[in-house]
Amino acid sequence: MKKYTYTEKKDTRSGFGAGLHEAGKKNENVVALCADLVGSLKMDAFIKDFPERFTQVGIAEANMIGIAAGMTIGGKIPYTGTFANFSTGRVYDQIRQSVAYSNKNVKICASHAGLTLGEDGATHQILEDIGLMKMLPGMVVINPCDYNQTKAATLAIADYEGPVYLRFGRPTVPVFTDPDQNFEIGKAWMVNEGKDVTIIATGHLVWEAIEAGEQLAEMGIDAEIINIHTIKPLDEDAILKSVQKTGCVVTAEEHNKYGGLGESVARLLATTQPTPQEFVAVNDSFGESGTPDQLMEKYGLTDKDIVKAVQRVLERK
Amino acid sequence: MKHTTEELEEIASQIRRDIVRMVHGCQSGHPGGSLGCADFFTALYFEVMHHAADFTMDGKGEDLFFLSNGHISPVWYSTLARAGYFEAAELATFRKLDSRLQGHPTTHEHLPGIRIASGSLGQGMSVAIGAALAKKLNDDKALVFTLHGDGELQEGQNWEAAMFAPFNKVDNLICTVDYNGQQIDGPTEKVLSLESLQAKFEAFGWHVIVSNGNDMAEIVKTLQYAVSLTGKGRPIMNLMSTQMGYGVDFMMGSHKWHGVAPNDEQLKLALDQLKETLGDY
Repeated sequence: MKKYTYTEKKDTRSGFGAGLHEAGKKNENVVALCADLVGSLKMDAFIKDFPERFTQVGIAEANMIGIAAGMTIGGKIPYTGTFANFSTGRVYDQIRQSVAYSNKNVKICASHAGLTLGEDGATHQILEDIGLMKMLPGMVVINPCDYNQTKAATLAIADYEGPVYLRFGRPTVPVFTDPDQNFEIGKAWMVNEGKDVTIIATGHLVWEAIEAGEQLAEMGIDAEIINIHTIKPLDEDAILKSVQKTGCVVTAEEHNKYGGLGESVARLLATTQPTPQEFVAVNDSFGESGTPDQLMEKYGLTDKDIVKAVQRVLERK
Repeated sequence: MKHTTEELEEIASQIRRDIVRMVHGCQSGHPGGSLGCADFFTALYFEVMHHAADFTMDGKGEDLFFLSNGHISPVWYSTLARAGYFEAAELATFRKLDSRLQGHPTTHEHLPGIRIASGSLGQGMSVAIGAALAKKLNDDKALVFTLHGDGELQEGQNWEAAMFAPFNKVDNLICTVDYNGQQIDGPTEKVLSLESLQAKFEAFGWHVIVSNGNDMAEIVKTLQYAVSLTGKGRPIMNLMSTQMGYGVDFMMGSHKWHGVAPNDEQLKLALDQLKETLGDY
């Protein structure tokens, strides 16, 4: 098992804030909009340096999506910022008609996704957003795994022409990817090569998969770990190549088991290469209040849950 | 003036013919609101707006128009065709398979003149504000025009936009409401009354104009007045009274022709009332 270490923990939303600031410096067409959550989205540096390119819309997410779609017509590259719940479910029809169907170059940037939002509880912990967004034709869906990857993704989407959903979170998590990485939309990252089982993880679950991989190595199980940061378009070649070698797969995500990364992988495998698969995901439920760690444990999204899922899938091989 | 009032009325008559023929041709679509707004579209595209039929999506340096109540697509399609954006013959494909003239306007099929999809109601004002903000950022002095249904104002997003635009001094924006008092289930008064739209928009900080949308000379004058009010710190709202179905006597003033196509006999009766001026497609 390849060794991964980290010296600090940071929140992925701060990676977004840093990426947005840098994207703003690189491209004068980058503009930002926020629905009364500037501090939570870490947009302060962008606003300080480019006040004329920032639009505060107030608590009016539907209007924010519409304004962003309109701004693209004048050649702008709008990044909208609010919580994941208010970036997707609340404004689904606005995104569907004014952004996705109209093929507008809007970057929907969503913080506080999933259970790790913590104490605010289920009203704010959306676990359905990946599904909602990936069902829209033409929508790119990205869920990076740490600060550095989120920053790189935030920069990369400015150079991509078309609608993007970028999902990140609130808790501090290990920073273990390369700070100078080249983020390629739709290209999986091989975290660890192995031969017994393929673990496909996205977002905060990538670090959990690495920790699971270490425990599995001690048990004599050689896990291949793939980071799928882009859920749509899915890197089908990377997944098929790995599964052809290992013959079984575990998917891991901070999302409902319905509609998430796991289902995308299952669809791919069912139509090309039927393969035993286990899902580490939320079992079709809402979340609740608690600390992020407590919630990840209660809802079965830790390294230990990945290990157990690997043991289950190996028996089905 | 580029055209006399009479010339504009002749164009509007042809657009009305196109509308009833298009809706008859596919036996679906929305003739009522389309007919009611034919004069507005004519005045806007043939007299008031500075625009190029040589279409570009970004529309830099041009006035832009957004139709929020997308179901009155027949009047927009006819206007665009008659203004030179595409051949009038293409109007015959309205609502048919593989057409660029979808039931509701869309960019998906790349029809020249359309910059965003509409149909799901209440989204156009936000989009227009965004386009207007981009014009300001680009130091582009051209204007943004819109049209909204009155029933459509029951959608909450309009009021998010209505609150935003005056506060942010979006003063390169001229919105018009097609105030015909009708919606699918009946008169707006009965379905969900709008009460005083003038008082509502004034309270939000708009410069509100009240006008008649079925009097060509008045429409042109009103829109030109609205243009003169731009750049003064406030968005402009034109509350324009129209009669649904205007120009075809048996369709006028009733919500019954909101989304119903005429049969062969009704088509003939309608066309007998509308002079062919530019040649039918």
